[in-house]
Amino acid sequence: MTLRLPLAFTALLLSLPLWASPFVVFQIGAQALGLGCVALSLSWLMSQAGAVSLAQLSVAGVAGYGVALLGGSEFEPSRGWPWTVAVPLALLAGVAAGAALGWLAARTEGLQTIMLTLAVAVAWALFLQQNQVLTNGFNGITGTRAPTVWGVDLSRPTPFYLLSLAVAAACVLVVQRLYGTVFGLTLRGARDDARKMAALGYQVQQHRIAAYAFAGLVASLGGVLRLWFNGQISSGSMAMGPVIDILVIAVIGGTRYAWGPFAGALVFVLLQNFAGDIVSAERFRLFVGVVFLILVLATRDGLAGLWDHWRGGVLRQRGVHNL
Amino acid sequence: MQTFRLFNSLRIFMRRTGALATLAAVVGVGAVHAQEAVKIGVVATLEGPFAVLGQDAIRGAELAIAERGGKVAGRSIEMIKASSTGAPDTAVVASRKLIEQDKVQFVVGPLSGSEGIAVKEYAKSQPGVTFFATSGAQQTTMVTPAPNLFRFTTDGAQMIAGLGDAAFAKGFKRVVTVAEDYSYPYSQIQGFMLEYCKAGGRVIDKLWVPFGTKDYSGVVSRIPADADAILVALAGADAVNFLTQYEQAGGSTPLIGGSAMVDQGVLAAKGKRRDWVAGTPSAGPLADDLDTPEWKRFVSAYKTTFKDGFPSPSLFALFYYINTKALLDGLDTVKGEPGANHSSLRVALSSMELKTPTGLVRLDENRQAIADIFVTEVVKTGSGLATRLVKVIPRVNQTLGLSKDEFMKVGMATKTSPECR
Repeated sequence: MTLRLPLAFTALLLSLPLWASPFVVFQIGAQALGLGCVALSLSWLMSQAGAVSLAQLSVAGVAGYGVALLGGSEFEPSRGWPWTVAVPLALLAGVAAGAALGWLAARTEGLQTIMLTLAVAVAWALFLQQNQVLTNGFNGITGTRAPTVWGVDLSRPTPFYLLSLAVAAACVLVVQRLYGTVFGLTLRGARDDARKMAALGYQVQQHRIAAYAFAGLVASLGGVLRLWFNGQISSGSMAMGPVIDILVIAVIGGTRYAWGPFAGALVFVLLQNFAGDIVSAERFRLFVGVVFLILVLATRDGLAGLWDHWRGGVLRQRGVHNL
Repeated sequence: MQTFRLFNSLRIFMRRTGALATLAAVVGVGAVHAQEAVKIGVVATLEGPFAVLGQDAIRGAELAIAERGGKVAGRSIEMIKASSTGAPDTAVVASRKLIEQDKVQFVVGPLSGSEGIAVKEYAKSQPGVTFFATSGAQQTTMVTPAPNLFRFTTDGAQMIAGLGDAAFAKGFKRVVTVAEDYSYPYSQIQGFMLEYCKAGGRVIDKLWVPFGTKDYSGVVSRIPADADAILVALAGADAVNFLTQYEQAGGSTPLIGGSAMVDQGVLAAKGKRRDWVAGTPSAGPLADDLDTPEWKRFVSAYKTTFKDGFPSPSLFALFYYINTKALLDGLDTVKGEPGANHSSLRVALSSMELKTPTGLVRLDENRQAIADIFVTEVVKTGSGLATRLVKVIPRVNQTLGLSKDEFMKVGMATKTSPECR
């Protein structure tokens, strides 16, 4: 039981390109994986460091703009460097941005963190929108497709989906690994009682900054996937609406499992694409809101909570009581 | 006990697969009745600051289809809507959904300038689909145009032709501009300034606000006291918010209206009456009181079809109508056979002389419209505010009468180009 389900699930994910249309593979599958990475960085910070950081999409944007500007695009200032150089440098920039955000936000708690990171997100979006020289303002940078590696055009639906799946799987595995490490334990200790941890000799601030830096890496990977998915990047992708979308995804998915945000992203992407077909296109936001409300009100900790509830029911029937 | 357990696992199985089945049903819907109907995808801003404009745009497209009884060349027409927010990536996502999931062969839209530029790039990867752009950024057709993208409507700079001279003639020697910070308003300001600066006017400052701005107090306070007029090139909710706050702040400098500012989408907006806007000069692709049978027929069809519409069709209803009509007329010309990769349809479209409610439209070599533009003035009427025709500027092309070389010397419309302080 414990192994069969994950295996079946992996097979399902890997075989998606075999039985689904390119549209489902790319726009639903790959997009959910990219969005999920960004949401995972938020969800992980929420569960491990107790920090609701609304600036994770902005950090993702640092890496996205990094690849767009260092790599090739139709925007003149782009350097046109190969992806092997552009992507690592951009990820590094994303981690640095994450750490810088952490340096700012680590000394705040709860509501303060939300306000501070929201301010950072708004400032970043407005900067991107008003800067013409570096970011081409609201138009943004177009012509940023995924590169061709070893003869495989990664911008094609199936290769891009598999790339996204690999990146997402790596993020999930690392996040799960971190859970039981000293780093993970220290973070949760600091989350529950920062003063006690400090009294025990742990450097709470530094750990939090490191947590933001790691979340920055996860978000940056998502940011690069978003860039390649869209084939362009612009300030509108990092405005208030999308920032809240990431929070919605994290809440729908739940914070107790690393796969939660990806499930949340899948629900979000499905709604984004098909809600307009179910209710009229003019009212689909209302529909999204209603689904969100139902999920928040009817479940504890989103889809992840729903899953535990289900599994608990199944296992109890089999006479297993300790999860 | 055994039965109960079986029943229960069945129930759980059903619950788990139920979601999948619904998904499969939704995903599969496209394939069932794909063969017969001509599928047209329409992308419009049904969310965000331009939501009201997006709704009217949809009305325009619906009108063009309804006019033919929902049929073209003997085949029925299926129109599928998708929504964007005004941000470029959302328009690409919406177009991709229409093309790859709903299998539409034609896309009309998107509405907003920078969305159009992003969709143009996406269009290049979809050679089997023909796009009908409705947004107003210059770059959409002027720079690296897509061979499968047609625009039977004018760009921001074309739309404002004649206003520079009209404003100068009205005695406005120094103006300040207020506009959203993206591609379409850049085109509008450039189109205005090319004429206005040549006539001798000065644009002493340009104030740019982010798309979707709600609070204009900062902008209003920065309007210089010695400006003769303010050129307001805002649209939708942005324009409504600006007008309301400008009046509340006691602003008394006269306005000059950008094409989307004096549009029914703004003038007929619910709320406080804005009679003080009367007298504002403007220019655009339509004049509400245009006295031609084509326009009158269009307005009356709009009014009878859409009881919940504006008192008179907005610019966006007109633009979506024109581009949808171009597609349908083109399909008629090729008798419903667009050819491999739509080659015959595209030839037909390129040489088409399209009859629109606002006059004949032809395309240039970049598949960009050459059309009449109307200099207007806002007036009070029985049903609210409307634009009254002052002058027709015939056959405005994308380089505004300059040669391509001369125009390129001025350069593409940006935030800082052109200048004449």
